[in-house]
Amino acid sequence: MIAIVDYRAGNLVSVKKAVDHLGFTCAITSNPIVVERAEKIIVPGVGHFAATSALDAAGLRAAITNAIERQTPFFGICVGMQWMFESSEEAPGITGMGVFSGQCAHFCPEVKSPHVGWNQLEVKDGSRLLRGVPSGAFVYFTHSYRAPLVAETVACCNYGGAFSAAVERDHLFGVQFHPEKSGDAGLTMLQNFCRL
Amino acid sequence: MLTKRIIACLDVDAGRVVKGVKFLNLRDAGDPAELAAAHSRAGADEIVLLDISATHQNRAILLDAVRRAARELFVPFTVGGGIRSLEDAAAVFDAGADKISINSAALADPGLITRIAERYGSQAVIVAVDAKRLPGGNGARWEVRSAGGRKPTGRDVIAWVREAESRGAGEFLLTSMDRDGTRDGFDCELTAAVVDATSIPVIASGGAGGPEHFVTVFGEGKADAALAASIFHFSLNSVAELKQQLRAAGIPVRWPC
Repeated sequence: MIAIVDYRAGNLVSVKKAVDHLGFTCAITSNPIVVERAEKIIVPGVGHFAATSALDAAGLRAAITNAIERQTPFFGICVGMQWMFESSEEAPGITGMGVFSGQCAHFCPEVKSPHVGWNQLEVKDGSRLLRGVPSGAFVYFTHSYRAPLVAETVACCNYGGAFSAAVERDHLFGVQFHPEKSGDAGLTMLQNFCRL
Repeated sequence: MLTKRIIACLDVDAGRVVKGVKFLNLRDAGDPAELAAAHSRAGADEIVLLDISATHQNRAILLDAVRRAARELFVPFTVGGGIRSLEDAAAVFDAGADKISINSAALADPGLITRIAERYGSQAVIVAVDAKRLPGGNGARWEVRSAGGRKPTGRDVIAWVREAESRGAGEFLLTSMDRDGTRDGFDCELTAAVVDATSIPVIASGGAGGPEHFVTVFGEGKADAALAASIFHFSLNSVAELKQQLRAAGIPVRWPC
């Protein structure tokens, strides 16, 4: 069973709908025991980085940390991906998981923010998450803060400079865009994750 | 490169897609779930479903249509019409919408924008603004209309979009009441004025008649996205055809989809 972690940050129905469509069993849950025992974990999320503090309040951070130490595949989407970094300028007092280094920062003032709409990926070879997704594929973004480029960046996007659109290390995956809203390219990635 | 979005709009009344000309003379154009899927396959970047009657007895029918449309739709999906409270919005999100659009209810109670944005994020809150050009005076001015464009509110469009943005709106769906249904082209002056006054995306609506109108609203009108309904429904143009013409005119679009 794939746990879709509910921490009251936005709407999880569309993520569940996409996983259901691909034929995998999943459940929306805020129960740390269910999350810790899940075969795979997805942390979606929209809105403010501060919303991730609910993961601590609900005991979900510990459950997720324990699960990923046992090699449970983990997929962070949008704010869920930003939470995999150390912190975000958006809520400096809140600590992310820190599995990737660096801080998420606001877009430079030269570009309109939020970055909303379909933009293109520059895909690196060898990503398990992005297998079958070509460079130049369009995906749907909606965000005001972006993650830095790191050694684990497997796809970048250009909007007021390059930022991490997808990151990957071993069983840990994160994407800034919304794969559940990104047509066939997004479904391919979700399928790659669900099949791990 | 961030592309300009083409958004297919389905106006729904009692569970059927219709499209009005200046909000009158409704014509039946089909099943919302089928049309949503067809537009998505043809390359629409987003789908908007507007419940234009939004009566209490039609609410269950609408939610059923939303559920059926959302099931196989993997592009952003917005639902509007008759959302008057956080609870109404929650029912639409639960049925599978990614964003909601509010109009009259936001004018009556601007705090509603904030309440929905706090729960679902600003990116999920589209404030729809129906604008009617005011005659005469120094420079162009527009008044906000409510109740499906019928009721003058006395509010200035620019003042209202600034307030709505500060209260948590994530995008504007800006309809020119003067152009809606005419196929004479978008009101680019109105669109550019709202784009310049705010920092969130503006979806231009009202007046689309052909590809050249989209070229001008993305250029001169500075729109981030454009919405069209009637030009798609009766196969006057497919989204794919429209996008190919936009590409030829140098407008960045998602293609191939």
